[in-house]
Amino acid sequence: MTASITVEGLEVVFDRFRALKGVSLEVSEGESYGLVGESGSGKSTLLRAITGLAPVSAGTVTVNGKTLGKTRDKAFYREVQMVFQDPYGSLHPRQTVDRLLQEPLAIHGIADGEKRIERALDEVGLGKGFRFRYAHQLSGGQRQRVAIARALILEPSILLLDEPTSALDASVQAEVLNLLEEVRRRRKLTFLMVSHDLAIITHMCERLMVMQNGEAVETLTASQLIGHRVSEDYTRNLLRASEGFVRA
Amino acid sequence: MTASVVLSRREWLLSDRPASRLQARLGRAYVAWRRFSANRLALIGMLIIIALLVVAAFADVLTPYSPTVGDLKNARLLPPGAAHWFGTDDLGRDIYSRVVYGARWTLYVVILVAIIAAPIGLLVGTIAGYAGGWTDTILMRITDIFLAFPKLVLALAFVAALGPGIENAVLAIAITSWPPYARIARAETLTVRNSDYIKAVQLMGASPFRIVLRHIMPLCISSLIIRVTLDMAGIILTAAGLGFLGLGAQPPLPEWGAMIASGRRFILDQWWVAAAPGAAILIVSLGFNLLGDGLRDALDPRSGDQ
Repeated sequence: MTASITVEGLEVVFDRFRALKGVSLEVSEGESYGLVGESGSGKSTLLRAITGLAPVSAGTVTVNGKTLGKTRDKAFYREVQMVFQDPYGSLHPRQTVDRLLQEPLAIHGIADGEKRIERALDEVGLGKGFRFRYAHQLSGGQRQRVAIARALILEPSILLLDEPTSALDASVQAEVLNLLEEVRRRRKLTFLMVSHDLAIITHMCERLMVMQNGEAVETLTASQLIGHRVSEDYTRNLLRASEGFVRA
Repeated sequence: MTASVVLSRREWLLSDRPASRLQARLGRAYVAWRRFSANRLALIGMLIIIALLVVAAFADVLTPYSPTVGDLKNARLLPPGAAHWFGTDDLGRDIYSRVVYGARWTLYVVILVAIIAAPIGLLVGTIAGYAGGWTDTILMRITDIFLAFPKLVLALAFVAALGPGIENAVLAIAITSWPPYARIARAETLTVRNSDYIKAVQLMGASPFRIVLRHIMPLCISSLIIRVTLDMAGIILTAAGLGFLGLGAQPPLPEWGAMIASGRRFILDQWWVAAAPGAAILIVSLGFNLLGDGLRDALDPRSGDQ
């Protein structure tokens, strides 16, 4: 198995705050990898650092065998796309779905736009009826589907998911997660998924990394997490916290 | 029968699932129009501006006399009457005709200033806001320098340097009126530049130029349109002020400010010479202000659904 994403000793510093303190991880091709931790543990920052949205001060990121420099080129964005946490904030308020989906195609000079847009909307379970709507005419789940369609339209091989369902209510959450599963299977995508919900991570991911205060605590497989075969106290606490919530 | 047709057209416009780009756009415009037309004062303002446009377009048909050639022998300083509705001035010219032709010059000034100043302000503001850092500092300090001068005084200085005339007055007013637009555009840009939807476009590999032009500017435009419309009254007054001081339109151009200036010599005995253009300035300024207020209610990006 070849590595899709390799991160080594990644450091991110905002002003003087070290948001990431030398984190390393390796995601294989076609794998679904989870990042878990409390808020502020640096999991979203890690995703943003990979995409170039957060300032990297040390360490390297390698995607599909290419080590990335300070800036990302267009080819990188055709390989890696991201779905944001809040579907209410990630769609431009003055653009129709059509316009949103056209933008990446225009930037990359892709010709068969019409067909791609229709296919992308079909793929995420939105029909043609949604094509000319504005964001405010869509529900939260529909918005997140549009965001997923936008990420998929460039046909990337890696999808970064930043808590893609935490802003949605439970039934819609399941729909969106199933959609993501299906898309991954069909397109053989690599997922790197952030969540604070252990149930979602064990459902979606094969391996995961627990993070705290910008550092990796430990790396587990999903079955280890389910069987509570963990070695760090922090992970144990995290597990207990999530279960306590269920029983109460 | 007709009622049902009208109803279905409205339903088509307000549809939740538009079937084409055109329908989506028209529906949006229709919602804005409904909000605008609910405001009666705004409609009055719009009627005034439409009347101004009509008067300017058909000035030739609407005027019985020439605006520049008067009857010095028989018609000097006649009071308002049947032959001369607004009276005549000291050169025997019909004031009604001059006011009507003056609408053209007023529109000329207002439109030119708007299409010079608004894009400059928009560009400077959005670039400063999006780029941040040094670019922001330099651009905004230049803006501050322009803002530090009183508008009319700075315009006076420019006209004095460029030479009197209506074109130079337009240029001078444009140069002095862009800084507030830059401020607005920058403030608006700062509120959206860190939003996820701009980040999402960055993640598609869009160039900063494209992001500013196609994603940030459209969000700034509505507040800019509102501000420009509200400023139009001020632009007219500044143009009139320059005309009044003899630095704007030159005789015999029938510009309202210059007309008031020439009427000031006999304002006590022949009040109508200054009153007619003064009233015209008042009404048009009021029209632009009412329109601007209405647009603010209809287009404000912070109100309700965007």
